[in-house]
Amino acid sequence: MAKPQNDVLQGTLALLVLKTLARGSRHGYGITLHIQMVSKDVLRVEEGSLYPALHRMEQEGWISAEWGTTENNRRARYYQLTSKGRKQLAEEEKSWARLTEAVAHVLQFV
Amino acid sequence: MSLLKRLRSLFQKDELDRALGEELRSHVEMRAQDNIVAGMTPDEAHYDAQRRFGNSTLLKEDTRAVDIIGWLDTAARDLRYGARTLRKNPGFTAVAVLTLALGIGANTALFSVVNGVLLNPLPYPHPEQLVTLHESKPNFETGSISYPNFRDWQKDNHTFSSIAIARGYSYSLTGIGEAEQVQARFISSDFFPLLGVNPIVGRTFVAGEDEIGAAPIAMISAGLWNRKFGSSPAAVGKSLTLDGRDYTIVGVVPANFELFLRISRVRVADVYVPIGQWNNPLLPKRGAGLGVHGVGRLKPGVTIEQARADMDQISRNLAAAYPDTNKGISASLIPFRDDMVGNVQPILLVLLGAVGFVLLIACVNVANLLLARSTGRSREFAIRAALGAGQARLIRQLLTESILLALAGGGLGLLLAQWATRAVLALLPAELPRAAEIRLDAHVLIFTAVVSLLAGILFGLAPALKTSHLRLHETLTESGRGSSGARQRAQGVFVVLEIAMALVLLIGAGLMVRTLAHLWSVQPGFDPANVLTFGLSLRPSMMTASPDAIRADIRGVHDKFSSTSGVQAVSLSWGAFPMGSDDELLFWLDAQPKPSSENDMNWTLRYIVEPDYLKTMGIPLKRGRFFSPQDNEHAPHVAVIDDIFARKFFGDANPLGKRINFNDGASQTEDNKAEIVGVVGHVKQWGLDADDTNQVRAQTYMPLMQLHDDAIKLAPSGLDVIVRADGTQPALFDSLRRASQQMSVDQVISGAQTMNEVISDSLAMRRFSMILFGVFAALALLLSSVGIYGVISYLVGQRTREIGIRIALGARRTDVMRLVLGQGVKMACIGVVIGLAASLGLTRLMANMLYGVSPTDPLTFAGVAILLTLVALTACYIPARRAMRVDPIVALRYE
Repeated sequence: MAKPQNDVLQGTLALLVLKTLARGSRHGYGITLHIQMVSKDVLRVEEGSLYPALHRMEQEGWISAEWGTTENNRRARYYQLTSKGRKQLAEEEKSWARLTEAVAHVLQFV
Repeated sequence: MSLLKRLRSLFQKDELDRALGEELRSHVEMRAQDNIVAGMTPDEAHYDAQRRFGNSTLLKEDTRAVDIIGWLDTAARDLRYGARTLRKNPGFTAVAVLTLALGIGANTALFSVVNGVLLNPLPYPHPEQLVTLHESKPNFETGSISYPNFRDWQKDNHTFSSIAIARGYSYSLTGIGEAEQVQARFISSDFFPLLGVNPIVGRTFVAGEDEIGAAPIAMISAGLWNRKFGSSPAAVGKSLTLDGRDYTIVGVVPANFELFLRISRVRVADVYVPIGQWNNPLLPKRGAGLGVHGVGRLKPGVTIEQARADMDQISRNLAAAYPDTNKGISASLIPFRDDMVGNVQPILLVLLGAVGFVLLIACVNVANLLLARSTGRSREFAIRAALGAGQARLIRQLLTESILLALAGGGLGLLLAQWATRAVLALLPAELPRAAEIRLDAHVLIFTAVVSLLAGILFGLAPALKTSHLRLHETLTESGRGSSGARQRAQGVFVVLEIAMALVLLIGAGLMVRTLAHLWSVQPGFDPANVLTFGLSLRPSMMTASPDAIRADIRGVHDKFSSTSGVQAVSLSWGAFPMGSDDELLFWLDAQPKPSSENDMNWTLRYIVEPDYLKTMGIPLKRGRFFSPQDNEHAPHVAVIDDIFARKFFGDANPLGKRINFNDGASQTEDNKAEIVGVVGHVKQWGLDADDTNQVRAQTYMPLMQLHDDAIKLAPSGLDVIVRADGTQPALFDSLRRASQQMSVDQVISGAQTMNEVISDSLAMRRFSMILFGVFAALALLLSSVGIYGVISYLVGQRTREIGIRIALGARRTDVMRLVLGQGVKMACIGVVIGLAASLGLTRLMANMLYGVSPTDPLTFAGVAILLTLVALTACYIPARRAMRVDPIVALRYE
C-alpha cells in the first residue's frame, strides 16, 4: 500500500492536532480538513493514523471528547483541549521550534 | 497512560467498540458528503471515503490496541488460534508436549528435592542464629566436647544466648508392651528451648536437671507417646523403664520436630534424657571424647566470627588452666545449615545442573520441531503479513503458540514430577538430611510455571524470528516450498548443541558408573558374604549387675546364638564397628616414656570382640594369633593390631610381644597395658571411599572379656552381634530372635542388616547420584537421538527431488546413502567435539563425587563419544535408507 505524498511527519501529528484543537473543539474529520486547508494542501492527515492518535491523546489526558451534532445535524465526536493538553502543546511547540531552528542552521551553514 | 483508565476501558469493551465504529462511520459519511459536493457520484464518493481509511479492520485494531482490552483481546485470540492449530496437528503436539513434560518433570522433581533440602528455611525460629559446636583437636576438626569443657563454655561465653549438648544412645525399653530398643538422646537442659521447640504436653528440662546426680526424668517423642500411651496427657508423670531404671516422663516433643545434624550426628529420637543421667564413668573427665556435640544460639546481632573470637579466648584460658587435657584444643563453630546439608549441597547442585541440560535438550528438540513445521506454514504467515500483520505481531502469535505448548508440557510435567518425586524419595539414601521436607509445594509450582514459560520463550523465539522474517513475494510465488537454507542451518546448529549437551551428561553418568564400579571392586578388608549383624541389649537387670554377672550373661548369649542351626560362627562386639560406629582411644607404645600431654599420644580405633570375630568377619590373619577363649578376664591382657598400625608404629620391626599403653582416663595400671599377639588385615572402617584419607586408620582389637570392670558395665545396652551363616539363610534372624527370647523376653535384638547391606548403605549417596545421572543421561540420549533422527528425516524429505535427480543422472544408491549419512556424521562429530571440550571444563565440578577415576578419565570420554556417535549414526541410518530408496520418477513427478 503506497503511502500518500506529504504524509504528516512522524511525531508531528500530535502537535498539529493539539494546535488545531487550541482554536476550539472539532471532530476527527474536521481536524483533517483544517490541517489540510491551513497547510494549503501540503499536509494530509491519514485517517489510519488519526484515530489511534486521538485515542492515545485522550488516554493521556491531553484532550477530552464528547458527542455532539454537526451543522448538518449529524452525530460526531468532538475533541477539545484539556489544561494538560495545553501544557503539552506549549512543550511540543517549543521542541518543534528548536528542531526547525537546528535544521535551518544546518542548511544555512556554508 | 494510567492503568486505571485502561482498566476502566476493560469493563466498557462493547460500549467503546460501538462508539469507535460510530465515530469512524460518521467520519466516512462526512467525507462522502463533501465528495459529492465536490462533484463525485455517490458511489465514487463513498468508495473514496472508504479507501482513505485503508484497512478499516486494522485501523480499528490499532485504535483499540491503545487499550488493555485490545491487548487482552489479541492474546485471547492468539490463544484460541494457537490451541486450534495445535489440535489440528495432534502428532506434532503430542511429541512436543511429551518431550517438554519429560524435561520439565525431571527438573520439577529434582527441584523439589533441592527446595526441601537446601532452599526451605530451617524449621526453627531465627535459624541464622544457630550454630553447631565441636572441639577442634589435632586429629579431629569437629571432635567431641567433654562435659566439663561444655560447662565452662556455657559459663564463660559472652556471645551465645544459650548453648546445649547432645549425644545419641540406645536404651532398652521394658515394662510397657513388648521390650524394645529405642533411640535416645542425652541432652542438656537448654537443648529444646534453644531450638524453639515447645512440648505439646508437659515441660522441657530446666536448669540443674541436667547435672550429674539429678533425679531421672525423660521426655518422649509424639510417636512413642502415641504408641505406648495412646497420646494420653496422663503419660506425663508416669515412669518409663530404660535399661531397667525408672525415669519420670515430664513432657512430649511435638511430632513435627525434625533434626538431622550430619557432623554432630544429632537426630530425632524417641526418648530424651538429661545428659547427667549417663552412667559413663568418663563423662566427668575433661579429656574424654564421648561423641558429644553442641548446638548454640548466637545472641541477636552477633556474627559467627565474633562468637569464634569469644570461644577462642575461652579455649586459651582453659588450655592454660588444664594443659594436660586442653592444650591444642579449641572450639569449632559451624553454621547449622552447613552441618545439616553441607555435604549434599554440591551433589544436589551438580544434579540440578545436569537435569537443566535435559530440559535444554528438550527445548532444542521442540524448537527443531517448530522450525520444521514452520516450513509448511510459511505461506500461512506470508498471507497474514500481506493482510497487514507486522513482524512483531507474527512473533507474538508464534510465541503464544509455543508458550501454550510449554504450559501443556509443564502441566503434564507436573504430573510426571509427582510420580518422579515419589520415586526419588524411595531412592533417597538415609543420609540425605531433611528428606521429610521434600514435597511439591508453592515454591515448586512457581518454579515449574517459570521454567515452563522460560522454556516456551526459549524454544519458541528462534523459530518465531525465522518464520516472521519473510520475503513475502518469494514465499508466495515459490511453489509452496519455503526458502529453507537459513532454517536448515539453524536445525544443524540445534542438533550439534543437543549432541554436545547429551555428551556432557553421558560423560557425567559414565564417570559415576566408573566410580561405583571402582568402589565395588575395593576390598573392604572383610568377607561380607553370608554375614548378618544386629544390635543386642541384655535384659534390664544386667544394666546394674556386677561385671562377672555381665560376663556370664554375654557368654550365655554367645553360646545360645552359636548353637542356633545355620550359624557357623558368632562374635559379640563393642566399640567400633566397620562402616558403622567408630570408637577411638589414645595410646602410646610401652617402649616410649608416657607422653606429657594427650596431644603427644596417638589415636587408634578400638574393636572389642570375641575370639571368633576373625572367622565371622573373614578378616585375614597376617602374623601371630587371634584371641582364644583363654584370653579372659583372668589372663594377661592381649591385643591384636592391623597391618596399618604395625607398619606405622613398628615399621619393619616385629610387633609381636610388644606392649601398648592405652589412655582411657583411668589411672594407669597393668589393666591398661596389652601385649600384641597378632597382626590382622586392615578393615575399611571409614567406608570404601573415605578410609584411605582418614586421619585415624590404625586399628586395635581387644578381647571383650578383658574389658575392665568399669567399662563392661556399659556394654549390656549397646552390643553388636555378628553372625556368619552356612550359605544364605533368609529366616536366620527369626530363629536368632526366638533363641534370644528363650533366654529372656526382656532381652532385645534389633536392626538386622547383612554386611553387604552395610557396605551398600555406605555408598548410598553415590549410588543415588549415579542413578539420577544415569536417568538424566538416558533421557538426554533418547531426546537427542530423536532430535537428530527428526532433522535428518526432514532434510531427506526436503531433498527428495534433488536425490531423485541425482539418481536419474546416474548416482549410485550407496552415494546417496553416503551423502545423507555424511550430513549426520558431520553434525554428530561437531557436537561430540564441542561436548568433549565442555565436559573437560564441567566434570571438574563433580570431582569430589568421584573415586578412583579422574574427572577427565580418557576411557570414559572416548567410550561415551563413540557410543554417542554410534547412536547418532543409527538415528541417521533410517532416513538415509529411505533416501536411498527414492524412486526418481516419483520424486520428479511429485511437484
